[in-house]
Amino acid sequence: MDLFDILLSASFWTAAIRIASPLIFATLGELICERAGVLNLGIEGIMVAGAFAGWMAVYSGMGLWGGVAVAMLAGMMFGLIHSTLTVPFGLSQHVVGLGITLLATSLTYYAYRLALPEVTSPPKITAFKPYEIPVLSDLPLIGQALFSQTPLTYLAFVLVGLVSVVLYRTPLGLALRAAGENPSAVAAQGLSVTGLRMGAVIFGSGFMAVGGAFLTMSAFDSFFFEMVNGRGWICIALVVFGAWKPGKALLGAILFAAFDALQIRIQQTPLGANIPYQVFLMMPYLLSILALIAMSRRAEVPAALMVPFNKGER
Amino acid sequence: MGNSGEAQVVLRLNAITKTFGALTANDAVSLSLHKGEVIALLGENGAGKTTLMNILFGQYTADSGTVEVFGRELPPGNPRAALDAGVGMVHQHFTLADNMTVLENVILGTQSLWKPGLNRAVARDKINELAADFRLSVDPDARVGALTVGERQRVEILKALYRDARILILDEPTAVLTPQETDDLFETLRKAVALGLSVVFISHKLHEVMAISDRVLILRHGKMVAERNILDVDKHSLAALMVGAEVSAPKVEPGTPGSPLLSLRNVTTPDQGNAPGLKSLSLTLRAGTITGLAGVSGNGQAALADLIGGLTRPANGTLELDSADVGHWSPREAVHSGIARIPEDRHKTGTIADFNLTENAILETYHQPPMSRRGWMNWGEAQRATQHIIDTYDVRCPGPGTRIRLLSGGNMQKLILGRVLEAEPRIVLANQPVRGLDIGAVNYVHSELLSARKRGAAVLLISEDLDEIMALSDVIYVISEGRLSPGFARDSMTPAELGVWMAGHGFEAEQAHAS
Amino acid sequence: MRLEPIANPTLARTTLPPAIAIVATVFIASILAMVAGANPFAVLGLIIKGAAGSKFALLETLNRATPLIFTGLSVAVAFRAKLWNIGAEAQLYAGALITVVLGTGMLPWASPALLPVIALCAMLAGAVVLMAPALLKVRFGVDEVVTTLLFNFIFLLFISLLLEGPLKDPMGMGWPKSQRLIAEARLPRIIDGLRLHWGFALALIAAVAVWVIQQRTTLGYEMRAVGLNKEAADFAGIPVNRVLIKTALLSGGLAALAGFSEVAGLKGNLTLDLSPGFGYTGIIVAMLALLNPLAVIASALFIAGIFVGADSMSRAIGVPTYLADIMLATALLLMVLAILLTRFRLVRE
Repeated sequence: MDLFDILLSASFWTAAIRIASPLIFATLGELICERAGVLNLGIEGIMVAGAFAGWMAVYSGMGLWGGVAVAMLAGMMFGLIHSTLTVPFGLSQHVVGLGITLLATSLTYYAYRLALPEVTSPPKITAFKPYEIPVLSDLPLIGQALFSQTPLTYLAFVLVGLVSVVLYRTPLGLALRAAGENPSAVAAQGLSVTGLRMGAVIFGSGFMAVGGAFLTMSAFDSFFFEMVNGRGWICIALVVFGAWKPGKALLGAILFAAFDALQIRIQQTPLGANIPYQVFLMMPYLLSILALIAMSRRAEVPAALMVPFNKGER
Repeated sequence: MGNSGEAQVVLRLNAITKTFGALTANDAVSLSLHKGEVIALLGENGAGKTTLMNILFGQYTADSGTVEVFGRELPPGNPRAALDAGVGMVHQHFTLADNMTVLENVILGTQSLWKPGLNRAVARDKINELAADFRLSVDPDARVGALTVGERQRVEILKALYRDARILILDEPTAVLTPQETDDLFETLRKAVALGLSVVFISHKLHEVMAISDRVLILRHGKMVAERNILDVDKHSLAALMVGAEVSAPKVEPGTPGSPLLSLRNVTTPDQGNAPGLKSLSLTLRAGTITGLAGVSGNGQAALADLIGGLTRPANGTLELDSADVGHWSPREAVHSGIARIPEDRHKTGTIADFNLTENAILETYHQPPMSRRGWMNWGEAQRATQHIIDTYDVRCPGPGTRIRLLSGGNMQKLILGRVLEAEPRIVLANQPVRGLDIGAVNYVHSELLSARKRGAAVLLISEDLDEIMALSDVIYVISEGRLSPGFARDSMTPAELGVWMAGHGFEAEQAHAS
Repeated sequence: MRLEPIANPTLARTTLPPAIAIVATVFIASILAMVAGANPFAVLGLIIKGAAGSKFALLETLNRATPLIFTGLSVAVAFRAKLWNIGAEAQLYAGALITVVLGTGMLPWASPALLPVIALCAMLAGAVVLMAPALLKVRFGVDEVVTTLLFNFIFLLFISLLLEGPLKDPMGMGWPKSQRLIAEARLPRIIDGLRLHWGFALALIAAVAVWVIQQRTTLGYEMRAVGLNKEAADFAGIPVNRVLIKTALLSGGLAALAGFSEVAGLKGNLTLDLSPGFGYTGIIVAMLALLNPLAVIASALFIAGIFVGADSMSRAIGVPTYLADIMLATALLLMVLAILLTRFRLVRE
């Protein structure tokens, strides 16, 4: 009965959508990279960098949307480094991705220490406020959950649609998907596999950074070390779970966030109080692994994922 | 068809030279193609045909020389220039994305990337129109991954025609086709020529060159060595021009069949994606015979080779060695049972590119004495054995410590031959053993297969090259969709008759007859 | 643009790119030091001095290198077989966990009997932790990069749970830490009076042992074959999955030894901050060593030196110690590129 009450409460679904939002951005970003044939393990560090860059920009006087733009640019910069090493040079996407995560994380922490050498607790900014969309937000249950979120959450949902349209209904998306499936098909038409893949990684990394920025500018209003806390790795699992399709990835992210919101609420029930809190904190990671196992048999992996393309290879 | 004296020149290559380090891939190569003409570009592997086409398509930049299309010089190194000028290429390895539809593959790259929509309806109409004009039937909305090889090639041709190509270049287009599909392709090409297109046909199959082309140009070691009107040559003189000497294929005496060494009885294996498994297939390999397996690629050859090679087990039916059912079956069991396995792809499965010759030579024997004892390697012994293979099989290399990726295909194959034949196996499984080799290496491999037969081995030769099968085999089977034809004695069938079986006809009657 | 292999690389070709990578790393670090308002020469000087400028500094570097040698070996072994084990962190904690479970009085034995048993059990625990991702890879084809990463988070939470529950030191004033090891379970110092324990010697022995395994045994040959070309190895009859499982056992065991050596040699008990990312740093150690087990020793010493030196530099002039992590990340990225450029050149076609 308890569980039923929770699942029918608007606040539960509002929380689920909020938890899902950063995952949606970052999962979309990873999906774009992988659809073009590049696994981007820089995601975790890029989210950290985005979280810091956006928050710092606002803290130093920029507008909120300016902060989002700064975060995006920071992500794109790391995407540029990643794609330069993995695409024309064809270096191991595993090694480079982990290297980017380390680089982005350590640069962020370095910058944080330089910018705020003395503080014991980080300063707060005025974050994005929920915006109630007239009429729609009055709908029962989903009204509160879907239409009284912050503008950044709305942007996440808009982006899912946008990415779907681009991938499936434009020449650019066609070329991107082909680059991830059989790059020689792209090269044979005189298009640049290098350009497409680098572009995908750069833009995808930008989205990842916005996902990070959501944490500091919408979910919370401050920056903490370890605040990304493995969300990037979870998004990689969500891409697999979503079978490399934006719509399914969105559903996966919401499903996942609902579980996360649920465990937070169960923790607060008398039943949950008897279970060590660590068990609850493990749930997202365990769920991700289960999702990977469940999807392993029927996932439609882009055929050229992680396969470098060397033009005119003889 | 073409009248080279008067017709307009649509494509001209002027003294193209291209070097890769010490290798001169193209040495001042010139050619011209006229409107409505089919020219054949003939040459062995490594003669420089592919490099020449890569230069035409801007994938490489020539060291010197120019490319002119319809009288205009193409800027070097620009992959779009040739496409935009009306040259279409049908690649040997299809450049198609399997997870997309025919239509999506065809329109890929034909519109500005920044355009908002795809305009599928317009594209579909144009594809259907072209398909009708050129007799290229294919469903625009089918997923490419689900198409047959012949259909995929039609998509490749459609791609070129869709962008209004006036010049079609086909790189080894018949390698993957049945004789009947080849006839269909030629039909399409004749239609194209009648509509004013021009064709460059790259091949090393002499009878096809004779059948389709007006003029033939011969490349050898990067040089254009001869140009002939097709009426002035025959197959034999073309072969001589291609290799630079009179060809002497090994003289093949019939074998003397002995006892059965390996038998498959009603074996079925599951399909692997697009590749069919075996469908209740029975086959016996006898001592002292070469059994040839003809068929279009992707019709169950891989399933059969995997089964005999120990990589898979029969789902149904039995695999017998010396008339006894094999128990446990693995690559190692296969090797222990005396099966020599020459794999289809020597780069991917036959060797490990970054291992040296020694490490590659012991891949199948490293786990037993004398190469190792109780888990400890004996590298001295391994090196000695490798040196023996190098000497016996004439592997040209700096030494057993050389990384094998630095060897030519022929020398790589000789090392594989040495690895599997040194132990005098009773059964030889040769899967496409000469693919991509030059004539010298081809003859070497064939003579090794023949000497294995002579000492009483049962040889299974799997090849897509009907000429090779017919030249070497004592008995010929055809495989299609995982089913096996009856065995035909050597010289009892013409290529055309075998082609009927390769296209999948005759099996139903055979089954009805059997039951 | 196209990569073209170089058939006969010159000496300059093989040495220059790595040298440039090192110079570029130092250059980038200098710029960042200047951004922090410090004199880059002073920063670099202090790092070197802090890492090797005194007996104390040198011993500190050797101590810090010890777990890095183990995790570096763990990664080198796994990556050689293309088993992407990013979970050395979890395996390290598994080894540490077994050490405190067995070493706090459960086995009342003398050191010569107790220590080897603990070490072996720790290795077993590390191996078991990597077994789950390895089996998921072999059975279901689940990418082990993501699963080992996720397992790191899960395992650390598990340790946290234990340290606040059954393993909590009742005398720990409420802090989540384990009881201290009994004296018999401590690794003694190599030389009396010098702050360097036998864990370091064990690390050197492990490096040589891994080298011998890779070069001289059939298992080593199999691991290299599987790493370079799984398809060809399978075709030749090498039992690919069994080799991957054995690799996982060895790799997990090596990482666990890092945990054993840290607890038994240095710390004496288990806390949640036992490892400041030794497992992840092991990846850099292994990559800079080009996966060669003997080179792992040098690579670990170098990286430990940077960490120890940066700590001391940071205490002296206040440039954040994260500069060390930035240098390592930069060195890693530039070095993989440099190694590529010793064998290939980028040409315009």
